[in-house]
Amino acid sequence: MSGMFPVDGFVEVTAMAMMSVGLVLAMVRLVRGPSLPDRVVALDLITMLGLGMLAVYAMATGRTAYLDVGIVLTLVTFIATTSFAYFIEKGTGRGGAG
Amino acid sequence: MGAVVTGVLVIMGSALMLIASLGVVRMPDLFTRMQATTKAATLGAGLVLLGTAVHFATFSVTTRAVAAIAFVLLTAPIAAHLLGRAAYFLGVPLWEGSVGDELRDRYDWETHILASEASPHGTVPPGPPEGQPPPAGGGS
Repeated sequence: MSGMFPVDGFVEVTAMAMMSVGLVLAMVRLVRGPSLPDRVVALDLITMLGLGMLAVYAMATGRTAYLDVGIVLTLVTFIATTSFAYFIEKGTGRGGAG
Repeated sequence: MGAVVTGVLVIMGSALMLIASLGVVRMPDLFTRMQATTKAATLGAGLVLLGTAVHFATFSVTTRAVAAIAFVLLTAPIAAHLLGRAAYFLGVPLWEGSVGDELRDRYDWETHILASEASPHGTVPPGPPEGQPPPAGGGS
């Protein structure tokens, strides 16, 4: 990455800065709600940002093991979101727990 | 050359994820927020992972990046669909500027089955069942 940009590691730092701002904004939605699905959407977005950050961090450090962490993170998040949706729908008190 | 491609991909992906976060804060109701995050964040993460694959340019990393992209592309729409469906049954209000609710009266609120015409049991309007607090503010 050196030589192409004025600052060494410019791409990594810029990407990390943008995703960090995004993380703060997602946290705002996580705190404000107002409903439970809103918070789940915010959590989903936070793990997406975490996946991107892990990929950029793998690039910055040269350690490819962080990519495996990202894959596991998306897997766990999918299970979490699915079960959140299941229990939200089940908890509406109208039957039909599909 | 590879560095330029990597830089463009990673910066574009991060910008898309930033836009998705902006959308999740600024959009007026849950369903428009989901529309912002699901698409923009998925594409953003995919671009960043693609940039990683170009950066390392080895077989093992490319395989992992492609697997991660495929997994995200497979799971994000499913999770969004399930969550949107659950939120609709929970009675999360739509934005007052929404132009239409095509699912209104078409869900059987007893069995949660969607009909192509108005359901006989579909007269219950979206909203919390009686005796329970409204969903707004009801997250723990």
